[in-house]
Amino acid sequence: MRVRISSKTVHNDWVEKIAEISGQNLLSCYQCGKCSAGCPVVGAMDILPNQAIRLVQLGLEEDLAKAKTPWICASCFTCHARCPKGIDIAKVMEALRQVLLRLRVDWVNPEDLSPEVISKAPQMGIVAGFRKYTS
Amino acid sequence: MKLPYYPGCTLYTKAKNLDVSARATAQKLGVELVELPVWNCCGAVFSLASDNIMNLSAPIRNLVRAKEENGDSLVTICAGCYHTLKRANRLIATDGEKRKKLNDFMETDYSGEVRVLHLLEVFKDLVGFEKIRKKVKRDLSYLKVAPYYGCLLLRPKKEMEFDDPENPRMLEDFLDAIGASVVDYPFKTECCGAYLAVVHDDVARDCSYRIVRSAHSNSADLIVTSCPLCHYNLDYNQLKLSKEHHGFKNTPIVYFTQLLGLALGLDESDLGFDIHYIDPRPVLHEKLK
Repeated sequence: MRVRISSKTVHNDWVEKIAEISGQNLLSCYQCGKCSAGCPVVGAMDILPNQAIRLVQLGLEEDLAKAKTPWICASCFTCHARCPKGIDIAKVMEALRQVLLRLRVDWVNPEDLSPEVISKAPQMGIVAGFRKYTS
Repeated sequence: MKLPYYPGCTLYTKAKNLDVSARATAQKLGVELVELPVWNCCGAVFSLASDNIMNLSAPIRNLVRAKEENGDSLVTICAGCYHTLKRANRLIATDGEKRKKLNDFMETDYSGEVRVLHLLEVFKDLVGFEKIRKKVKRDLSYLKVAPYYGCLLLRPKKEMEFDDPENPRMLEDFLDAIGASVVDYPFKTECCGAYLAVVHDDVARDCSYRIVRSAHSNSADLIVTSCPLCHYNLDYNQLKLSKEHHGFKNTPIVYFTQLLGLALGLDESDLGFDIHYIDPRPVLHEKLK
């Protein structure tokens, strides 16, 4: 059976939300994989960045809700610098975090941070961490 | 030349050495960094969620204050502040709808007219590397230095307009001007792990490992940076890396302003070398005879 996948057949509120928060044209990705090839933290991810984009295109919300990948992204913008289609993948990762954070699903509880991090890490790092991991 | 200056939270605390060395070297080069009388945290990261305007208020508030001080520019040094202020400023300058909403909310009239400058840009464009070259008092030529840019100064290129995102030259040209030997290595624009240090410190440590190892294997004595978070990741992580990886050699991390201070003949004790985890002083004493 031939299944035709288009923005009309794969359409749900969640995909629209990701597109709106990220401001990116998600369907322009043609899966070249350059984002995953250059990602400095890809080794710690459970889904490759290009796979995450594919899952978004297909509207697979549940797979991404349990994925570690958006929380491992360090927003270094290497993928964005190299994407031949100009997609800001870091913004897509932010959108994937935001849809959960806005439901008050935090990735980390500030009380669980190690005393080592709190006493040694620079303020900007801790503020950045709270901005990314907590609602 | 007087320029409004925004230190940001980290330069007042964990990165005092960056603040102290920046003010001292700028003064030596005829630039007075005048700290904004009132400022607030910029938010540390630029909001990547395009439907959230609230997060723009913190960086823009600082730029409004710079404008109130009759400044047409605002100098900052921390790569995080520079990135956040510059991108927020650009967004306000180019997006009319967001500009109006934010101004209505903050009761201001700001449209991105203050220019956000990194201190390196001040040194390059307003002072001039050639002028700095003439003021060098100490020979740094035996010191092999690996420039480390990290992410936030360079990317995204269209918004940061700082240097080439894959092959930048700004720090190399700077190091050349102060007479240090520049080490080329492939990790100068790779991410240090950034805020992952807070929650996923093992991932950040891996990133730091690759960068420091690469610089060291290309025979660097020091790595130079401009970001307190890069500095923390690359510096503090080495305490653990030297235990985790057999044969790992520690390489001190210094700020570009500290090295400039030495080149201009400032006293080592005034440049804050005592708060580094990997002490740069032994290699400095050895190579700056």
